[in-house]
Amino acid sequence: MNSIKEYFVSFYKGLKSLLIGMKVTLRIFFRKKTTECYPENRETLVIADRFRGTLTMPHDAEGNHKCIACGLCEIACPNGTLHIESVIEVNEETGKKKKVLTRYMYDHGSCMFCQMCVRACPYDAICFENSFEHAVFTRAKLVKQLNKK
Amino acid sequence: MFDFAVVTQWVDTLLRSFLPDQAALLVEFLLVGLCLLTAYALIALALIYGERKICAWFQCRIGPNRVGPYGLIQPVADMVKMLIKELIDMNHSDKFLFRVAPFIVIISSVLAFGCIPFAKGLEILDFNVGIFFLLAVSSIGIVGILLAGWSSNNKFSLIGAMRSGAQMISYELSIGLTILTMVVLSGSMQLSTIVENQANGWFIFTGHIPAFIAFVIYMIAGTAETNRGPFDLPEADSELTAGYHTEYSGIQFGFFYLAEYLNMFVVAAVATTLFWGGWMPLHIPGFDNFNMIMDYIPSLLWFFGKVAVMIFIIMWFKWTFPRLRIDQLLRLEWKYLLPINLINLMLMVIIVVFGLHF
Repeated sequence: MNSIKEYFVSFYKGLKSLLIGMKVTLRIFFRKKTTECYPENRETLVIADRFRGTLTMPHDAEGNHKCIACGLCEIACPNGTLHIESVIEVNEETGKKKKVLTRYMYDHGSCMFCQMCVRACPYDAICFENSFEHAVFTRAKLVKQLNKK
Repeated sequence: MFDFAVVTQWVDTLLRSFLPDQAALLVEFLLVGLCLLTAYALIALALIYGERKICAWFQCRIGPNRVGPYGLIQPVADMVKMLIKELIDMNHSDKFLFRVAPFIVIISSVLAFGCIPFAKGLEILDFNVGIFFLLAVSSIGIVGILLAGWSSNNKFSLIGAMRSGAQMISYELSIGLTILTMVVLSGSMQLSTIVENQANGWFIFTGHIPAFIAFVIYMIAGTAETNRGPFDLPEADSELTAGYHTEYSGIQFGFFYLAEYLNMFVVAAVATTLFWGGWMPLHIPGFDNFNMIMDYIPSLLWFFGKVAVMIFIIMWFKWTFPRLRIDQLLRLEWKYLLPINLINLMLMVIIVVFGLHF
């Protein structure tokens, strides 16, 4: 007796759940699609500020940057993407030696965009910006120098 | 309503006017074959496009939209790709059976396709056991699938083919019983008569409860029959690496693919013919003006509109439900659908005998 009741109950429950499922998919069918039609929508595209597109070294109005060539970002990078070249400059008046950055080389092709370098920097000299259209035809063009002087 | 018999008669008299009878007949056969195959291919293209777009819309994304406006040329590109692929010959497979299997499947599909009444006067095969013939012929496809799996010399293809065979044979029973239910209501197996008997109301309305139950069972059994939707275990990519058609490439795979889509079309077309009036417009007895307006819409458009709705429902099944395991699938048929079907058939017989239908 119980198994007969079980049969009918399971049948109705099954049918009901199938119909609920179909209702859900129909609702999705008529929903506005969230696909972004790139590149047709480039004018109105909004990329979040914290999107990690490429590494930059922000320079102020006179072209000064905050990097002191400490090399913490180079050590923090898991990929070996960053290479810092610096020289020891001797200040003429005081005779003090100071490390000065000559070239900050960033290989965009091998970067993992993990942001470890930005977090390691003690002076916020480097940061990520949200530009993402960086396709080029040779990998050599992806090796960039971030500092401007 | 425009009767296509006018066109066919005109072609017939034209041919007989300048050719001897046998030659005219031969030319007519060739023309009919050509139209059939062209319609087959065009409908397949439309269905492939429809499937990809509808699948995408159910998954909250846009389908193909790059190849041509709204992606309309996408199925043509797919077809060209399939045609230029290399046909790989298996090493230890049974070569003759391996090559023959796709043809058996496609032949059964085209034969079933030829029975469908598309519009008033536009039927190719129309004899007094029409629906019975359609059912018989669509069963030939099972042989093709079993052959494909067996001759591939591949364990997984074999398992896929056996499962597919078991599934299709089981669901043939359900389809046969639902068709029998509707034949009881219509009183004839001839497809054109079935459509004409629905001039005063489609069978799903005149045969109320049992017709509706038969329709639901037919849709479920139909999707199972064509190895589609939640019943596609024999060809599921993640289960059996494409099952019985694993070893096929190029146009041979194209035949299986095409046959699957066209079988879905045949299932939908038979559903519209038996339940929703075929090419008959919506007539509500008593509202003569409304009926006259409905008559203005050409019957071909009525037919394809209804088939489109049926196909949408079949695709809705596929993209809503998870796949059934082979034991669950067979259990559904033998323990649930078959008893319901038998009771429904009895109900329909009672209704027809006592005249309780509209």
